[in-house]
Amino acid sequence: MTIIGSVIALSMILMTVLGPWVSPYDPTAVNVSPPPNPSPPSAGFPLGTNLLGQDMLSRVLCGGSIMLHVALLSVLFCFIIGVPIGLLASYAGGVLDKVFTLVMDSLYAFPGLVLAIAIAAMMGRGVVNMALSIAVVYVPSYFRIVRSQVLTIKELPYTEAAQASGAKGRTILLRYILPNVVPSIVVVATVNFADAILTAAGLTFVGLGVGIDVPDWGWDLTKGRELLPSGAWWVITFPGIMIVLLALGFTLIGEGLSELLSPRLEQ
Amino acid sequence: MISLPLLEIDSLTIEYRARRGNIRAVNDVSFTLEKGETLGLVGESGSGKSTLGLSIVRLIPHPGIIVNGHIKIDGTDILNLSEEEMRSIRGKKVAFVFQDPMTSLSPVKKIGAHFTELIRTHEPKISEEEALKRAKSTLNDVGILPERINDYPHQFSGGMRQRIMIALAIALNPDLIIADEPTTALDVIVQAKILDLLKSLRDTYGMALILITHDLSIVLERCDKILVMYAGHLVEYANSKELHENPMHPYTRGLLQSIPNIELAGQKLAAIPGSPPDLLNPPKGCHFWPRCPYTKEKCRVEKPLMIESNPGHFVRCFKENV
Repeated sequence: MTIIGSVIALSMILMTVLGPWVSPYDPTAVNVSPPPNPSPPSAGFPLGTNLLGQDMLSRVLCGGSIMLHVALLSVLFCFIIGVPIGLLASYAGGVLDKVFTLVMDSLYAFPGLVLAIAIAAMMGRGVVNMALSIAVVYVPSYFRIVRSQVLTIKELPYTEAAQASGAKGRTILLRYILPNVVPSIVVVATVNFADAILTAAGLTFVGLGVGIDVPDWGWDLTKGRELLPSGAWWVITFPGIMIVLLALGFTLIGEGLSELLSPRLEQ
Repeated sequence: MISLPLLEIDSLTIEYRARRGNIRAVNDVSFTLEKGETLGLVGESGSGKSTLGLSIVRLIPHPGIIVNGHIKIDGTDILNLSEEEMRSIRGKKVAFVFQDPMTSLSPVKKIGAHFTELIRTHEPKISEEEALKRAKSTLNDVGILPERINDYPHQFSGGMRQRIMIALAIALNPDLIIADEPTTALDVIVQAKILDLLKSLRDTYGMALILITHDLSIVLERCDKILVMYAGHLVEYANSKELHENPMHPYTRGLLQSIPNIELAGQKLAAIPGSPPDLLNPPKGCHFWPRCPYTKEKCRVEKPLMIESNPGHFVRCFKENV
């Protein structure tokens, strides 16, 4: 499962990276095909064109870049925020733990996309802002998984043994607990990567993405939706498939990894 | 000059402040341990022996607190030390070997990393290579091939892991090793090997050893002194020969009689009737009276004190002088 997922995800990434060099047209250039537009898939434009006469193949090839950037950044933000908070709060316990758990649980209770939309709307457009608003939604998952793992590992004999050998609290946390938590964080990160892609697509779909001058699958979905009633199915279908594939790839990696790692974690 | 005992515990009382009430896990326990001595701490589950062991490095699990008494190591009362000073004692002066070797090593760290971590915690000036060198020689001492230093814990068997735990305990050449049921998770043959290893290391390094166990038979032949605990109380304390030949407390007698003996083959093995008391509502008077064959009226109402019945042989029972 991990292998299939990696193949899908890697080929999507590769495609996005190489996109600008291999795409037949400039993905942002309008009216590359003679009217009428949108025109269905043909020999010159294998995936058809959209309302502005842009080549869909070029847009599909290049359109993943924003989404990947946003997802990567948001996972990074989650990592930087969620993991240390989770480690500290759960290791310290007491009031600190209670307060953070309460905050994280309240965040968790919000419907993710709605929360992300609200935050993104507040912060305005841009890759970093999108990533941040997505990160806010997913930090609680990191916090929760780290917390539950720390609470378990904290009680294991090797932690006690480290304590009995005179190790400092910081050493125990960083050298004994953290390395044993990392596998679970990696699993959460991959699964979240897939979620982040979908959320990023969602944000762009409602108009909170980056500007129209950058090719993006999310934008194409929005425009495709408007064209769908007129029968122009190709505008929405191909970017949609790309998003689904990318998310699927990362989900498969995550599921595969968690299956691989869980027998060892249960030990 | 009078040399101080290595460990001196004086009327130590430890309580767990549970929601349903206070549980006295260790009740007015006093004993001393000289340098290089081996002590067997015997008692059944819940008798407070592990709590007592952990209190020596001040690691009693929450919600346990020391309500009374002193614990002196080399004359210093460790209950007055700061957390910082306490850390420098743990591992360096007093080392612990835990019960379950399967989970006492971090699964994601190589064996060598466990050693370097420990050694450099206490001696930060030592280089990585020097620490590894020392680790190898310690591993060699406990019968583990030094080349295996780069292996992970899961690549070792239970008995080998316990050897590694012991190697970790002796790596800094501590004055005292506390082994809490070090062989309970292992089978009988490995058990004997591990215990003999501990004994021989003690003879080589001259450190004191406290062996906590529920099995009286394994400490009788390996320890200088034996301390029997029952329901938080120290009930009998003597050198092992004396205790074996002349047990005073009915509980100790019961334990000794319940050791299988080849000469008594065919007979029914004696057992102590009943089960240990609920420490939330301990019996008034002697904690052992509900199970004791010699119970008198006095035992039910009055708590017996520790008396020295023979020189160096202490017992908490009225029987001898009722």
